[in-house]
Parts: sequence; structure tokens; C-alpha cells
Amino acid sequence: MHWWLPAKASTFTGPIDGLFLAILIITGIAFVLVEVGLIWFMVQYRQRPGRKAFYTHGNTRAEVIWTAIPAVTMVALGLISNHYWVEIKGRNSVPANAYPIGIHAKQFEWQMTYPGADGKLGTADDFTIRNQLHVPVGRPIVVQLSSEDVIHSFYVPQFRVRQDIVPGMDIRAWFQPTVAGTYEIGCSQLCGLGHYRMRAQVFVHTQEDYDAWMKQAAQEASQ
Amino acid sequence: MTHAAATVDQMLPPYPAERGLDVYNKKLGMWVFLASEVMFFAALIGTYIILRFGAPGEWAKPGVVLNIKITAFNTFLLICSSVSMVKAYAAIQDGDPKKMRFWLLMTILGGAAFVGIQVYEYIHLIEHGFLPSGVREGSELAEKVAKGELPAATMGLYGSTFFTMTGFHGFHVTCGVISMAYLYFTKALPGKYSKQDYGGIETVGLYWHFVDLVWIILFTIVYLI
Amino acid sequence: MTSVAATAHGAHAHHDDRSFVRKYIFSTDHKIIGIQFLFVSLFFLLVGGLLAMQMRWQLGFPGKPMPGGGVLPETMAPGGVILPEYYIQLVTMHGTFMVFFAIMPLLVGVFANFLIPLKIGTHDMAFPRINMWSFWTFLIGGLVMLSSLFVPDGAARAGWTMYAPLSARHDYSGASLGQELWSVSIIFVGLSSILGSLNYITTIINNRAPGMTWFRMPLSIWSLFITAILGLLALPVLSGAAIMLLFDQIIGTHFFDPAVGGQALLWQHLFWFFGHPEVYILILPAMGMVSDIISNGSRKPIFGYHSMVFAIVAIAFLGWIVWGHHMFVSGMNPTLGSSFMVSTLVIAVPSAVKTFNWMGTMWRGNLRFHVPMLHAVAFVAMFVIGGLSGIFMAATPVDMFIHDTYFIVAHLHYVLFGGSLFALFGAITYWYPKMFGRMMSEPWGKVHFWLTFIFYNCTFFPMHITGMAGEMRRLYDPNQYTFLQPLQPIRVFISISAFLLFATQLIFFVNFWWSLKQGKRAPQNPWEDNGLEWSLPSPAPHGNWEKVPTVYRGPYEFSSPQSTEDYLPQYTKLPTDREPARAPVAGH
Repeated sequence: MHWWLPAKASTFTGPIDGLFLAILIITGIAFVLVEVGLIWFMVQYRQRPGRKAFYTHGNTRAEVIWTAIPAVTMVALGLISNHYWVEIKGRNSVPANAYPIGIHAKQFEWQMTYPGADGKLGTADDFTIRNQLHVPVGRPIVVQLSSEDVIHSFYVPQFRVRQDIVPGMDIRAWFQPTVAGTYEIGCSQLCGLGHYRMRAQVFVHTQEDYDAWMKQAAQEASQ
Repeated sequence: MTHAAATVDQMLPPYPAERGLDVYNKKLGMWVFLASEVMFFAALIGTYIILRFGAPGEWAKPGVVLNIKITAFNTFLLICSSVSMVKAYAAIQDGDPKKMRFWLLMTILGGAAFVGIQVYEYIHLIEHGFLPSGVREGSELAEKVAKGELPAATMGLYGSTFFTMTGFHGFHVTCGVISMAYLYFTKALPGKYSKQDYGGIETVGLYWHFVDLVWIILFTIVYLI
Repeated sequence: MTSVAATAHGAHAHHDDRSFVRKYIFSTDHKIIGIQFLFVSLFFLLVGGLLAMQMRWQLGFPGKPMPGGGVLPETMAPGGVILPEYYIQLVTMHGTFMVFFAIMPLLVGVFANFLIPLKIGTHDMAFPRINMWSFWTFLIGGLVMLSSLFVPDGAARAGWTMYAPLSARHDYSGASLGQELWSVSIIFVGLSSILGSLNYITTIINNRAPGMTWFRMPLSIWSLFITAILGLLALPVLSGAAIMLLFDQIIGTHFFDPAVGGQALLWQHLFWFFGHPEVYILILPAMGMVSDIISNGSRKPIFGYHSMVFAIVAIAFLGWIVWGHHMFVSGMNPTLGSSFMVSTLVIAVPSAVKTFNWMGTMWRGNLRFHVPMLHAVAFVAMFVIGGLSGIFMAATPVDMFIHDTYFIVAHLHYVLFGGSLFALFGAITYWYPKMFGRMMSEPWGKVHFWLTFIFYNCTFFPMHITGMAGEMRRLYDPNQYTFLQPLQPIRVFISISAFLLFATQLIFFVNFWWSLKQGKRAPQNPWEDNGLEWSLPSPAPHGNWEKVPTVYRGPYEFSSPQSTEDYLPQYTKLPTDREPARAPVAGH
């Protein structure tokens, strides 16, 4: 059984899990404060005969305090979040040396286009494989997402990466796997009746394994 | 102390001590309704702007598909009907129901003529092959597209936005004409409006000016630009 | 003031010579219209719940024949086994019914209609006939939506958010008439809300009783007023979008189809531009009514009345500039994402202010735990969870991970069920005596409350956990994914809790029906409250007051030293009270 976030397998897990934990602590404090307060008040101030409630319309100082604390917290949270957001999704966030792979989504499959030996998309040695994403470990990967028909969403939980794929738009997303292994891609935007089975696999190889796989796959594709 | 039913001061009329707005309900209701109409047309016009500027290619040049001259006349007609609405309103404020009836009738006729011309325009456009879905194959406009006088890539969006925006405006004009005709026959003709009571005229007038204003915007962005 | 039917004094039986049809069917009386909304939307609440139960069966016990599922046709569930195409209809229709035909009409249709004239002290709405049309257009919309479940290809299949182009093209979704009926129905809902809103706004601005100044209005009325403004301005955008969607579906326009130049994200922008104010339409009235009930149950004035009002206004204003937070990973410009994140985080502040003020109200009170108060306190406790979990998704990097997972499902149910629906159970119990002249059963109300509270948390809290593990929404069978298979025991637990939660709601429905005829006769002011509506007999007569009451103070004067009792109604004149200045008669 699973009680926490999925395994960590990309560089995004650091900031995202850290932020998640930070928010969990902040909201946890607020949660405990409110719920314990409510229960305490319910017991302490339950109706008792001959008692009258304390007649007051409020207290400006208390209200200023509990307006200011959330406000400051939220602004701080916004600044920190934005720092990571720009690193992850910002316009210029994709590293220059990122390895490109084309992903074309359609009802209900994924088509991965690999750059072949020259490492560039859009050249003659490109080849396409269905429902299998092979990537080298420890290297930024940029996926160029396009859709045939409706909106799909590219999602790998262990990488903490998600990006909607919108027909008519060319969207890029990047990530850097850190642990070799096999993971799953899920479509996370309702895309029709086969939405639930629109899955694919991600194979994260070491660089040597990847090169070997690439050689073999390019050969098979050219036959 | 007592908790009897409402403590009523016999001398007070049922108005808040802090005034509401200094307008009667019907008029306030119309203003509020128009705010919601603004949002409706904002959605349609906003869509048009987004689609046009994000379009995959050139937009059709003004005047190639649409007949600007007829529509300019139609615009003039609608503006005139707004003027006659003002005249009708001024007349009843002066306590002249006869004059008011005349100008109200003129407004109704102006609005009806506008709708008539728009229907004629639609029929004409559809005959030439301009449809909400784009250009009909084998039609006169399809030839123009083939010759490159019209951009093939955006004609579908052009048709979609044109018919939706002008269609809904036409629908609003039609509703206005029907409501004015209703007021004309049930209130104006039997002489129920007077210098003291002309709420219906003022309220429907507000609506009419709004519809007119929307048309001026639509005419500019759809036909002229 | 529009024409007012004469009513008799106080508690006297009054003579009302309207025919049955005029009185109960094509009624223009705001109270009857509110009650009509109540019956119809409770019915739709039940429908939405039944749809959810079928989803939960499939998720808990995938591929097994559903008990009673045999009655469903082959196209939905052959042999009781739910098909994927039926499952996405369930997803779509559950959301649609709950948002548009249950929660929204229950909060606005029922309580704006019933409470506004009673609480501001007027005889009826400003435009009673338009009010009647608001109900009938709503009913038509609801019936159209309901009928779409029974057409050959089944109901709409693109989720309640109807993302284009899946919704716009029938070859993508596999549904046809169902999709079109969805659009038509939503256009009716939009019209109904606009008609209702313009009525509420006009009535509150112009028809308040003498002495009922803006800052003597109960918070329920403030929140309904602000909600009406949101509805007035947001619903036409939805209607416009639904019209364009319908045109895409039936006359071949290309607004949302990128294959021919349209824009898929345009739908999302239009939908959420409406959709986020809609979120506040679904919670603000609940907040307002909870404020009334908590003040009453605590026997204390509301803590910080003015800041409560400003918080409502601030939430409503900010609600217009946060819609992009539904679209952080949609491919929208990431810089826009940053600004939407900031506005979204800021909107947490007025919500926090409201929460602390409710607690401040309870502090040093003399708490009476009647059924409405239990629900109101539960509202605060649960709304806090929903509000706090919202901060996770407001932070854009975290949202990238939890977007479209069960974490979102948990969040929205904590706000809509734990928030709005708890408030509604409380509010219905609270104003039931004024509606029907009888009390709902107190013991059964408490049983219903506690069971709901337990099963509700068992149902929705674990969804946070499956969401954190990465479980996506709207999956017919999550076990397709290896990493989701270990979560199956949690899904079974959620499903069983959901069935028990649904069963518990039957207690409420039975209590509601039984009390209509058998409930204890309600006194005039059963909760010892201060609002103007409690100056009327229960049930309140047609036309409300013969002469509207005069208001001498704010709505929350509980435990005031001026009174020997612990409440002091707004309409009670103390020797020290001055008459409100006479206002000039507005217009004609």
C-alpha cells in the first residue's frame, strides 16, 4: 500500500516534493489550529444554564493579525513556488543540450519519434515506435508534444511531470530522469472512451544501454 | 420585552431609510439585465478577436464576401430608430401620447426593416456559398477561394464568427421589435402611458439603445476592419 | 412596490383565493418558487448521487455485475457490468447534475428566493413573474439534461467541463444527441440564473424595509447579493460558450476544432472564466447562511461583521482573476500561470479571515447544538480542509504533479460536499419551519448528521492519498496501470464508505418527507433568532407582511445587555430606538 508520493525518478522530485512537504506543514499547522480550536470551543462553551455569551462584535487587532499572517505566508509561498515554476515550465527553462523526442498522441495511443543517430528530430533517420518511450538516464530530455485529435495529457508520476497535449499547438516539456528503470506514462486528461487504457511505458536506460538500444531500434525501423 | 409580530410604524412607507438607488425597479432591472448582456456579447466578440488574431493565416479582406453598402444603410436605419426612440421618450415626458405613439411606431418599423434586410443579406450570402461552416463547394465564393481572392484556411472561422455574432444580434433586435410592438398595442394604443407613467417606454428604450450600440461595434469589427 | 395580495394579521389564518395552479404550480410567490426549486433540486441531488454510486461500484469492484444493474440496457451495462462508454457518461452527468442542478439551485434557487424578501422585509421579489420564469427555465433545462441519459447514444461523454474538441465533434466522443442536449440544457440553466440574479439584485437594492440599511443586512443576504452579481455576469459567458459549442455540434461551425482553425484552449478560457466565479457561487451563499446559523447557535453577535462583508466582496472580486489556475498545465503561457498563482494564493486570505471570524464567534459563546448548528460547525471544519488542500494546487509546481488526480477530486468534494452540502442540510433544517410550518425531527437529524460526517470523511479523505500516489481522475479502470494496482484496497474502502454515505442520505429524505405531514408544529420563532422572517407565523403567509416591519438594529444582537433574553430581534423596538428617517419614494 502506498501512503506517500510515488518513487523519485527525476530532478523535479526534489523541488516539487520539498514544496509539497512545506505546504503540508503550513496547512497542517493551520488545520490543527482550526480543528482543535473548534473542538475546544465546542466543549468549553457548550450551553450551560444561567450563563450568557460574551457580548462582543469583534476585535480589530485580532482580525488584523489573522489577516496579516495568512497574507504574508501566501505571498512567501507564491514567491518560492514561482522560482521553481520558472525553472520547470518557464519559457526558457528547457536546457540547451536537451535530447529531443517527439510524442504524438491520438485516441488512444502514443507515438514516440526518436531522432536517430544524429540526435536531431526532423531528419531522415528519425523513426517512430508506439507506446514505448526510451530515454537515457541523467540527461535532460525535451519531449515535443502534438495531438492528432483531442486534448491528451502526458504524465509520468515518478518524474512529477505533466503537460497537456493540445491539438493545434506544439508544446514542449522537459525532464531529467535520475534513476534507471521502467515507469508508466498515463493520459491524464479525459480523451474519450478509451482514456483509461491510453498508457505507455517509459524505459530509462544508462547511456550505454540507450546507445545499444538506439542502434538496434534504428535498424529494426529501417527494415 | 415582547416578541410580538412585526412592529409596524403606521406612518412609514415601505422604503429603506437608507435609500435604494433612485430609480424604479423596472429600470434598475433593465440596467442589471444589460450588464449580463454585455458579458454575453463580450464572450462572442472576445471569441472573434481571439480566433481572428490566432487564425492560421490571413483573414478575408473586407467587402469581398459581405456587402458593405447595404449593411451601412442598415446601420443608418438602426441609428435612426434609436433617434426615433429618443423622440418617443421625449414626447411622453412632455405629455404628448399621440406624438409618442408615432415615434414608437417609427422605431418598430425601423427595427423590423433592419431585421428584414438582415434576413435578405443572409439569404444572399448563403446563395453565394457563404455558410456558418465556411464556403460551400462549387459555389461562387468557392471559385474566389480557388483563385486566391479569399484565404482558404480561415473561411471556416469567418463564417462561424460572422453568423454567430450577427445572428445573435439580429435575434436581440427581433426581441426588441416584438416587445415594442407588444407595448404599442397593449399600452400605447389604449393610452396607458402618460407624463406620470412611462416606465415601459424608458425601459424598452434602454434595451433598444444597447442593441444599437452593440451593432455599431459589430459593424465596425466584422464589416469594416 | 409591485402589487401585493392582501394578507391578514400575524398568526391569523388568512384568506387566499388563488386557484391551486396559481398557488403551487405557476406561482409567482417567492416562497413557493423557492420550495419548487427545493423539491426539484433535491430530486436532482438524488439522481446525481445514484450516478456516483454506479461509478463507485465500477471503481471498487471493476468488471463485476452491479447489484440491480441488470435493469440497465445493453448499451450501458450488459448483465450489470458497466461499460467504459457508460462510465464516462456517469462521470460527466454526476458532475453536471451536482453542480448545475443540485448545489447551485439549492443554494441560489431555493434560498435566494425564499430568504431575500423575508430577510430584507418586503412582500415579494421585484419581478415575481420573471422569478416564475426563472424556475420554469431551470426545470426545462433539468428535464432536457435528464432526458439525455435515455437517448440512443447515451448522455454527454466529455466530463462536466466539456473540454473541446472532444465535446465539439461527435466522431471524437462517440456520443451525438447526448452532447447536443447537454449544450441546450446549459443554455437554459444560464437563462434561468440570469433571470433569477437580476431579480435578486434589484430586490435587494430597492426593496429593503425601512431601517434595513446595507450594514444591517444579515450575511446570508450579503452573500446572496454578491452571488447574484457573480451569476449575472458569469452565466452569460457560459451560455455564449455553450451556444458556440452547440453550433460546432449541429451547424458545423469551427470555434473549438483546431483541425479547421479553431482553438481548443478557447473553450477552457471561456469555461473557466465562467467556472471560477461559479465555484464561488457554489460556496458564498453557504458561507452566508452558516454565518447566520453559527451566530444563532453561539448566542453571540457574529465576530467582525464588517470584515465578513468585505471578505465576501474580496472573494467575489478576486474570483474573476483566478480562472487560469485550472489551466496551469494546459499549455497556457507559463508567465500567465505565475500571475494566476499569485491571485489564487491571495484569495486564500479572505477565506482564512472568514474561518477565524467564525471561530471568533463561537469563542466565549453559549453554544446550542441544534441540528443546523452541528451542520454549520461541520461546514467550518470541512471547508478548512477543502480550502487548505486548495493551496497545494495553487502552487504551480505542485499542481503539475497533482493536477487531474484524485487529490483534486478530494479537494472539490471537501468544498462542495463538506462545505456547501453540509451548509445546505443545516439551512434546510433551519428554515424548514418557516417553509412548511413544521419542524424536522431533531433526533433523526442528529443521527443523519453524525453518520454523514463519518462516512463522508471515510469516502473523501482517502482520495487525497490515492491522488498523492498519482491516481488520475475519470479512469474507468485504474488497474490498467501497474502503479495504481496496489491502491485497490483503498478504492474498495472508499466505495463501501460511499454506499453507506448514500444510504445515510435516505434518512434525511425520509425525515424531510415525514416531517411535512407528521413533524411537530413549528412555533413562530423556534430557534429564537433575530431575523425579520421570524416575525411571521410559520409557515409564512402569501405576501409575507401586511405592512412590512421596521428594522431597528443589526441581525446578530444575541446576548445583548439591552435585553433580558439572549436575543434581540431586528424588528423589536426598544424605548431607546429611534424611527428610521423617512426616505423619499423612488421613481414610480
